[in-house]
Amino acid sequence: MTVDQGMSRRMVLGALGGAAAGTALSGFLPLSRALAAKKLVVGFIYVGPRDDFGYNQAHAEAAAMLRSMSGVKVVEEEKVPETLDVQKTMESMINLDGAELVFPTSFGYFDPHMLKVAAKYPDVEFRHCGGMFKAGTHPANTGSYFGYIDEGQYLNGIAAGHATKSKKLGFVAAKPIPQVLRNINAFTLGARSVDPSITTQVIFTGDWSMPIKEAEATNGLVNAGVDVVTCHVDSPKVVVETAERRGAFTCGYHANQAPLAPKGYLTGAEWNWITVYKDFVTKAQAGEKPGQFVRGGLKEGFIKTSAYGPAVSPESKAAGEAVKAKMMAGDFSIFSGPISTNTGKEIVAAGKTYGQTDLWLEGMDWLVEGVVGSTS
Amino acid sequence: MEDLGWWGVALAVLAGAIRVSTPFLFVSLGELLTEKSGRINLGLEGTLVMGAMSAYAISYMTGSPWLGVLVAGLAGALFGVLHALICGLPRVNDIAVGIALMLLGTGLAFFLGKAFIQPQAPILPAIEFGWWSDLPQVRSALQINVLFILGVLLAPFLLWVLTNTKWGLIVRTVGDSADAARAMGYSVNLVRLAATASGGFLAGIGGSFLSLYYPGSWNEGLSSGQGLMAVALVIFARWQPIRCLGAALLFGGAGALGPALQSVGVTQGYYLFNAAPYLLTLVIMIATCSPTRTLTGAPGELSITK
Amino acid sequence: MVDETAPLPTRPLAPAGSPLAGLSLDALRGTAEAVLIPVGALVATAVVFGIFVALAGADPLETYELMYRGAFGTWFSWQNTLQRTAPLLLTALCVALPAQLGLVIIGGEGALVIGGMCSAAAGMAMMGAPPWLLLGVMALAGMAAGGAWIALAGALRQFRGVNETISSLLLAYIAIALMNHMVEGPLRDPASLNKPSTPPLGEANMIGSIPGLDVHWGLVFGLVACVASYVLMRRTTFGFGARMVGGNVRAARMAGLSVAKLGMITCFLAGAAAGLAGMVEVAAVHGSANGSLVAGYGYTGILIAFIARQNPLAVIPVALMFGGIAASGGLLQRRLDLPDATILVLQGIAFVMILASDTLYGRFRVFQPRG
Repeated sequence: MTVDQGMSRRMVLGALGGAAAGTALSGFLPLSRALAAKKLVVGFIYVGPRDDFGYNQAHAEAAAMLRSMSGVKVVEEEKVPETLDVQKTMESMINLDGAELVFPTSFGYFDPHMLKVAAKYPDVEFRHCGGMFKAGTHPANTGSYFGYIDEGQYLNGIAAGHATKSKKLGFVAAKPIPQVLRNINAFTLGARSVDPSITTQVIFTGDWSMPIKEAEATNGLVNAGVDVVTCHVDSPKVVVETAERRGAFTCGYHANQAPLAPKGYLTGAEWNWITVYKDFVTKAQAGEKPGQFVRGGLKEGFIKTSAYGPAVSPESKAAGEAVKAKMMAGDFSIFSGPISTNTGKEIVAAGKTYGQTDLWLEGMDWLVEGVVGSTS
Repeated sequence: MEDLGWWGVALAVLAGAIRVSTPFLFVSLGELLTEKSGRINLGLEGTLVMGAMSAYAISYMTGSPWLGVLVAGLAGALFGVLHALICGLPRVNDIAVGIALMLLGTGLAFFLGKAFIQPQAPILPAIEFGWWSDLPQVRSALQINVLFILGVLLAPFLLWVLTNTKWGLIVRTVGDSADAARAMGYSVNLVRLAATASGGFLAGIGGSFLSLYYPGSWNEGLSSGQGLMAVALVIFARWQPIRCLGAALLFGGAGALGPALQSVGVTQGYYLFNAAPYLLTLVIMIATCSPTRTLTGAPGELSITK
Repeated sequence: MVDETAPLPTRPLAPAGSPLAGLSLDALRGTAEAVLIPVGALVATAVVFGIFVALAGADPLETYELMYRGAFGTWFSWQNTLQRTAPLLLTALCVALPAQLGLVIIGGEGALVIGGMCSAAAGMAMMGAPPWLLLGVMALAGMAAGGAWIALAGALRQFRGVNETISSLLLAYIAIALMNHMVEGPLRDPASLNKPSTPPLGEANMIGSIPGLDVHWGLVFGLVACVASYVLMRRTTFGFGARMVGGNVRAARMAGLSVAKLGMITCFLAGAAAGLAGMVEVAAVHGSANGSLVAGYGYTGILIAFIARQNPLAVIPVALMFGGIAASGGLLQRRLDLPDATILVLQGIAFVMILASDTLYGRFRVFQPRG
C-alpha cells in the first residue's frame, strides 16, 4: 500500500510538473490546471468483508474500477457495523481524508446514521444504496440508488422452472424484508411462468451471514425434495457449494458463483454497480449534482446475468433470452395482475401492472402464491 | 425425492447432530483435558477460528486437506503453549489470558485469512454409511466424516486415559491439588503446558472441520461462538468425556431444528427455534444442578469453580 | 499509538484506610510501579505489533502516527474516541461488579440487548409523554430489564448452583434471539421496511449531545456509574461485604453476611449498567431498537474489566484506550490498506502483554517499600 501511496504521490508530482510545463507553454494552461486540480475523494463503506463473493464484493469491484478513473481517489472501509461506528467512519472520511462523495452501501446505514451525518456536513454529497430517499424529507445533499435485481431473479426463476423435475424450488433468505421478498416473489413468478404447479420453499436464517445455518437450510431444502436452490444472503458461497455437493441446481446472486458449482450452476442475478458509480463520479467531477433517486435494472445496466451453465437446456435458454430481450426493451413487467398472495388474497388485480419504478413494490410485505413460507 | 414430512424433521435433527456437533466435540474434549489439569482456557474460540483458517489455507495451497487438518492442530497447539506459558507466570489470571488469546486468535485468523475467502480448497471426504437405504435423505444424513468418528472414539479413549493411566492420574492430581502434585515431584507448569497444548491441538482440529467439511468454506462468519459454547459445554458435561459427546450431539441436533422446521412449513418464530440449543442447555442445567453440593468432577484447582 | 494513554491505576496504592494514603515515599514507589509496569507492557506491545505490521508491508512509524491521529490527533478524533468509550464503560462494569464477589459474568451483551429492547418498548408505551419523563421511564425500564437478566444468572447460581459464567453466556444468546424475534415481530414498526425496527422515538425524545461536544450523554452516565461503583465497592459496608464474599465465601457466611442477597443485588446492578448502555444506544444513537444493538460492546466490556483488574475506576482509562484503538482502525484501513482485523491483532497483543506483565509486580526492588 505504501507503494500505492508512492504512486499516487508520483502521479501528483507528474501532474504538477505538467502544470509547470503548461505555464511555460501558456496555451495549454487550462488543461494543465485541470490536471493539477485536486482529486475527488470518494468514500466507500461496506458492512462486511470486501471479498465475500457476494453483496460487498459487488460494490468493492466497482470501487476498484473507479480507482482507474483519472482525478478520483477512493477510500474504503470494510466491516463497519450499523451503529455509531458508521457515523464516525463517514465523519472521519470527511474530516481526515477530505471525502466529498460518500457511499454507505448497507441498508442499515441510511436511517438515522447517514441522515444525521449528512445534515452536519451539507457540502458533502451522500448516496446510499437501497434507501428510500424522499426529496424534502431528507437532507438535500443525500440520495439513494438501487438496482432492480428482481429482473435477474425472474430470469433465474425461468431457468429454475425448466431445470426442476420435482417442481419444488428452494430459497435461502436472511430476513423477511421487502428487498428479499421481492426477489423471492420474482423468482417464483419466473418459475411459475414455466409451470404453474411449481412451488418455492423459503427458509429464513435470521441474519445476513450465518454459514452453518445456510448450509443446514440448503440441506433441509434438498431433503424436502427441492432440486433448484437460490438465495439472498450476503455471501452465497456456502449455499451454492452445499447445493452442488448435494447434486442440486443453483442460481447465483450478487456476483458470479459459476466457478463454485461447475455442474449445477444455471445462471445468476448479478449487480453491475460500476454503471451507477461512474455516473455519480462523472457528475460530481463536472460540478453537477449526482442523481438523488437513481434506480435501474437490466436495461440501464445496473444489473446483469451470469452466463448460462451447462445444465441449461436450449428451450430454457430461448425462453429466458426472450424475456430478457423484452426487459432490455423496457416492455416487460414482473408484477402484473392477477397476482395472489400465498395467503389467498388477490394483491394485484387482473389488468393492473406495477412498473419497476413503482415505489409500492419497494414496500413489499407479501409472498406470492406458490411460495411456502411466511413474512413474519 | 420423497417427502418425509415430520419424519424429515427427526432425520434432519439426527443428521444435524452428526454434522454440526463435531467442532463442539473436539473443542470441548480439548477444553476438558485442559481443565482437568486445573486451568481454564477461554481462548479456544480463537483457536477454533485460527484452526479453520489455517486448515483451509494449507489445503488450498498444498491440495491436501489432511495436511490442513494437521496444521490446524499444530496451530492450535501453538496457541495452547502460548496460553500455558503466560499462565505459568505467577499471578496471571488464566480466564483473562484466555479472553485475550481469543481476540488474538480471531484477529490473526481474519488478518491472514483475507486471501483465502475467495478460493475453493479441496475438502475432506465423507464415508457413505447410508448405502443400505433407498432414501436420499437417509443416505445424505449418514454421510459421515472421519473426524466425527475420531471424535466419537476420542471421548471414551480420553475417559480411559484420565481414569486408568499414569498420565491421566498425573493430570488429575495437578488439577485437583497443585501442592500435592508438587509434593509428588511433578512439575505443575509442565503438566499444564502439555494438557493445554493438547487441548489446543484438538480445538484446532475442530476448527478444520468447519472450514474443510461442514459448511466446508472459510469466511469470517464461520464460527458463531462455537468455541466459546464448547467451553461452556464442558461445565455442562461436568468434566466427563462421554457426557461431552452427549452434550455436543444434543447441541448440534438442537441447532438443526430451526431450518428443519421451516422446511416442513413451520415458519413462525425461527429466531426462537434458532435459540433452542441455548435454552435447552440452560433448562437441563437448571434441572440437574444443585445448590447444596458442589459440581462433582470439578477439578479442585479450577479458578472458575473455586 | 496509545503509549500516551493515562496509566492504569491497577491496585490500591495503600491498603484501604491506611494512613499511608498521603504523600509518603513508599506510596510514591507503589504508584510508580502501577504506572511503569503497564506502560512497559504497552511499549513491548508497540514493538511486537510494529514487527507485525512491518511484515504485513506497512511502515510501523507511519502506522503509529496514523493511529495517534485517528484516536487523539485532532479534536474530531478525540470526540470520536470518547464517543466509542461511552458504552464500553457501562458494559465493563457488568463484568467488574460481580467480579468483586468472585462471579465471572460474560453475558453483558445479553443485558445490553434486552435492556435496549425493553427501553424501546417502554418508549412506545409512553409515547406522547414529555421527553424527560419518557426518557426517565425508558432508562428505568432498560436498567430493570438488564438488571433482571443478570440477576437471573446470579439467582441460578445462588439457588440452583448453576455456573454463572455459562448461564450468562447462554442467556446472552437467548436475549439476542428474543430481541430479534420481538423487533421483527410484535414490536416491529410496519414502516421500517428493510431494517426491521421498533417505531422511531422521534428527534424530540432523543438524548442529545453534551454541550460543546459531539458526544452523547452516555459518556457522562458511564463515568458517573464507574465512580459510583468504585465508591460502592470500596467505601461502603455493602461493598466491604461483597468483597469479603469474593475473598472467602465461608468466612463471609460465618460473619453473618447474606451471600445470596449480596450476589443478587450486585448482579442486578451489573446488569442495570449494561441495560442502561442498551437504553443509551436506543435513545441516543438509533432512535429505535433493532438488530444493530448486537454490536459486541458486551464482549469488549469483558476484556476491559479484566485488564482493569475489575477496578471500576481503572475501567475508565482502559475503556478510553479501547475507544481510541477502535477510532483509529478506520484510518489504518483507508490509508495503509491494512485489513480491519489489524485492530483485533493489536488489541490481542496488547492484552496478552498487559496480562503477562501482572507477574512483574513486586519483582523490582526499587518499587518496594523500604523498612
